Amino acid sequence: MKSTNHSKSINLLRFTTAGSVDDGKSTLIGRLLYDSKSIYQDQYDQIEAISTKRGEENINLALLTDGLKAEREQGITIDVAYRYFSTPKRKFIIADTPGHIQYTRNMVTGASTANVALLLIDARNGVIEQTKRHAIIASLLQIPHLVVCINKMDLVDYAEDTFNKIHDEFEAFATKLDVKDVSFIPVSALKGDNIVDRSKNTSWYEGPTLMYYLENVHISSDHNFIDCRFPVQYVIRPYSDQYHDYRGYAGRLAGGVFKKGDEVMVLPSGFTSKISKIDSFDGELQEAFPPQSVTLLLEDNIDISRGDMIVRVNNKPEVSQDLEVMICWFDHTKPLKQRGKYIIRHTTQEARCLIKEIRYKLDINTLHRKQEDFEIKSNDIARVVIRSTKPLFIDKYRENRITGSIILIDEGTNNTVGAGMII
Amino acid sequence: MNYNLSHLKELESESIFILREVASQFENPVILFSGGKDSILMTYLAVKAFYPAKVPFPLLHVDTGHNFPETLAFRDSLVEQYRLKLKVGYVQEAIDNGQVTEEKGVNASRNGLQIFTLLDELEKGKFDAAMGGGRRDEEKARAKERFFSHRDEFGQWDPKNQRPELWNLFNGRKSMGEHFRVFPISNWTELDVWQYLAEEKVPLPNLYFAHKRKVIERDGVLLADCDYIPKKDGEEVKIEMVRCRTIGDMTCTGVWRSEATTIEGIIEEVATTRITERGGRSDDKRSETAMEDRKKQGYF
Repeated sequence: MKSTNHSKSINLLRFTTAGSVDDGKSTLIGRLLYDSKSIYQDQYDQIEAISTKRGEENINLALLTDGLKAEREQGITIDVAYRYFSTPKRKFIIADTPGHIQYTRNMVTGASTANVALLLIDARNGVIEQTKRHAIIASLLQIPHLVVCINKMDLVDYAEDTFNKIHDEFEAFATKLDVKDVSFIPVSALKGDNIVDRSKNTSWYEGPTLMYYLENVHISSDHNFIDCRFPVQYVIRPYSDQYHDYRGYAGRLAGGVFKKGDEVMVLPSGFTSKISKIDSFDGELQEAFPPQSVTLLLEDNIDISRGDMIVRVNNKPEVSQDLEVMICWFDHTKPLKQRGKYIIRHTTQEARCLIKEIRYKLDINTLHRKQEDFEIKSNDIARVVIRSTKPLFIDKYRENRITGSIILIDEGTNNTVGAGMII
Repeated sequence: MNYNLSHLKELESESIFILREVASQFENPVILFSGGKDSILMTYLAVKAFYPAKVPFPLLHVDTGHNFPETLAFRDSLVEQYRLKLKVGYVQEAIDNGQVTEEKGVNASRNGLQIFTLLDELEKGKFDAAMGGGRRDEEKARAKERFFSHRDEFGQWDPKNQRPELWNLFNGRKSMGEHFRVFPISNWTELDVWQYLAEEKVPLPNLYFAHKRKVIERDGVLLADCDYIPKKDGEEVKIEMVRCRTIGDMTCTGVWRSEATTIEGIIEEVATTRITERGGRSDDKRSETAMEDRKKQGYF
């Protein structure tokens, strides 16, 4: 039964899962959904019937996440799938990313909004290339928390030695990465050890179960509450008798806390004013913080439109047309071109841009910089210099994932062909 | 520092962001309004997103002619309350003009025929973004859906070739003749929707609350008795205490035995049920990939 004890104050945690093909990722997700009573009877009956029809011995929990016809036919996951479950403490959104096809593209997509990355390691194999690759992507995308699940502990007799060896091996590798918070949990997704309930088989392990970790990991400081950033998304002008002179700047806070009466500056004009009101349908607010969507009103009548940014006078982002970016390339039809022209999107701004220079390609298995290899194909990651036709208001991705990220769009096809993190 | 948003407020903020993004990126957006709780929620969020201005896009309702009468009454009162614009596309017209052929037999439904009227109305109205109340937790094909979902000039969805969506950067660029489907409440679950509607005290059609109704039982699903459903031999009309979990056509929307007469009762029921809300939708049961197949053709 799903829990009925839902309090209104629960918050939302987004996590992404990564692992290689047979490390039991689907089983783990299936286990989390099943043990949190998030699988419905008709879903269960349906996958049971399909599993039986296909002659499979066990109920294939992967069928829960593989939703497309082609995926079911080929037994593979093509695209990021989103899954939902909740416990009395939190609501969870899982971005389940496939382990093999287009892994970089999909993992980068899933990771871009995640608070936690869940990395699976098969206890029998230890840290392998794929593990490193996933950890590198988690670090590049600055996922605040990394939890390493050392899975299939049942197949290594729940040996503490094995767990410690993999733990140390991963930590040695992780020192090269930029990850803030790493935890290790010995689990068996198949048997349920340390997923929801503490396992009797790992008495040597004193840390939390996976569910306890997910329910309690501290995520409220994952947003930047220091540097005030308000990208103007839409200007609200009612043109009605009642709100004749109303001019509200609608948007979603990307950083910092804005309060009524704050002195602010508008970019790119540089005009300053004061916040006269923070408005919403539910009434006036005294302050606003990320990721709230609100409407700001200013004391002075300044010309402000979409793409402008409201910031604090003494804390401004960099205003620049030249960006140092770590880019992940998505287009499988065309490589990233030096001197290539694209459309760049950053917060609510859009401009044309030019790839001025490809500095190096990153080997995502070793972190080596390949300085002679400028052939940037789909799923490659490269450091590039971008020149934009108009100034953008940027922060380093490390400081702010919203004002530090961009996407590139192909002018011909309109496809999203690249995603970048500002260095 | 304690700047925490509840999960419902975070979902609300995300949806409002999407709705404002649609108003900014598209010329002529429209809300697809079915009369169900998800499209009511979406409309309510749109009212919030643009307050104190009016919602800058109209509602489009595809009327199959097989609606619950309560749905239409509620739709009209909502339009009046928020001073919205409403457009209605009639499936009956397409049938009368011979553009589509009605299904025959006892399980006949106009569900599939809606696709024609929907695409026709989008083309006639020159709408370049159609917002739907689809949620990813509803159905397995929908779990793969993007917030901004690109449709080609035939209105078709290509699930294997979707644009990646990262951070909160949404790419609504398109060529002439193409359009987008946008799903502002993608990340809400059924329970989130009910908890939010309760918290915000949003008015809802009476159909969602348990009431006595004439029903027939077919293939394990209870259907509301009406003229549009021909009865098979041996099927008898009973009176039961029921409510709708989803609202669609009378021909394909199952009703559920329920005692939940209040929204709190509904939340209690949703939180403890073991059957998905679309479990009563015969339109989904036609095959394992019924939803994906219809979506590819241009369904909601």
